[in-house]
Amino acid sequence: MYFVVAGAGEVGFHLSQALLEAGHEVTIIEADRRRANFVQDKLGSIVMNAAADEGRAQMEAGCSRADALIAVTGDDAKNLVICQLAKLNCHTPRVIARVNNPKNEIVFKTLGIDETISSTRVLMNVIEQELPSGGFMPIMPLAGTDIEMIEADVAPGTPPAGKTIGSLRLPSGALVAGVFRKGKLLHADEDTKLEIGDRVIVFAATASESEVRKALVG
Amino acid sequence: MNVVIVGCGRVGGFLAGLLDAEGHRVSVVDIASESPARAERAWFPHLPASFKGETIHGDGTDLDILRQAGVERADAVLALTEGDNRNLMAAQIAQKIFGVKRVIAKVNDPVRAQTYRKMGIDTFSRTTILGTLLHAMLQDDREVGEVLIRKSLAHEEDLAHEPVKAR
Repeated sequence: MYFVVAGAGEVGFHLSQALLEAGHEVTIIEADRRRANFVQDKLGSIVMNAAADEGRAQMEAGCSRADALIAVTGDDAKNLVICQLAKLNCHTPRVIARVNNPKNEIVFKTLGIDETISSTRVLMNVIEQELPSGGFMPIMPLAGTDIEMIEADVAPGTPPAGKTIGSLRLPSGALVAGVFRKGKLLHADEDTKLEIGDRVIVFAATASESEVRKALVG
Repeated sequence: MNVVIVGCGRVGGFLAGLLDAEGHRVSVVDIASESPARAERAWFPHLPASFKGETIHGDGTDLDILRQAGVERADAVLALTEGDNRNLMAAQIAQKIFGVKRVIAKVNDPVRAQTYRKMGIDTFSRTTILGTLLHAMLQDDREVGEVLIRKSLAHEEDLAHEPVKAR
């Protein structure tokens, strides 16, 4: 397969090396000339010294025939624009963005970039599996409202474990929209009893987020 | 009108001052460019002393910072930082996630400006606007710049009479 890698920092360098070793064709776009030369010395003449957020560089790198573009610079806004331009101008079938701020995963999805990799999120997932406290994550705001969607895990020792939805101390206006249990979405009402391992989907005003957190995580 | 301005350099600060003086509710967002030991106001050196709006110190592409700036109630968001990509990201967040009606991004690369304009983001490029104006001035083509220059000279006059706050 043919991959274009935007950004030759530590992530871009090692990723490209691994792709080459796996037998793939790779072009790396790197704006810094010294870094580009360094990587060229190590990996051979597959490096383009250019700005990956410019349409012309993407065309020259062959994004139109690439199977995928992977944007791995340290700048989230740049990775977003690189991926959007490749999709729009070169019709690259698959674009993947590295996000540094985990909050940007949902932002990127809303803006049309479906595949994101967040090292922060990967590390959090590893850590959270070992901690008893439940995860609490605002997923996304609803456009044009002050309402957001929140996801929370029912973990041992959290207030909802073994309680009914009606007995939760949620702020007024907050709505439990559904419960994921063993991979299935259940209809939620006042009498639904929550079990450990459930994932609860709540809609609530952004302003009341901390009260929702208190009710669901403690 | 409620206006959020992301990026308070010379252009952002100037525009914030104009809108504020007209009675609009303006908040400006800018990331630290100087030592945090300085007084908060020092992060916004381009705002006029008379500015009555909000100043928020943070990253204008961050959802929580934008919320803090009042993006949920904003009638307009202007993205005027020095980075084209940051401006495009902030503008798209305002439009697509928070549903802000009027969104304008400063994008100095004319190619990116055009691409995103086709996507429905209002962009303007200093490169082409200023270049076109200067070209017309050189050729004594008054039609292009007359109104613009008359208005900006008037604003310059106002700025010259702006009271200076001594430290």
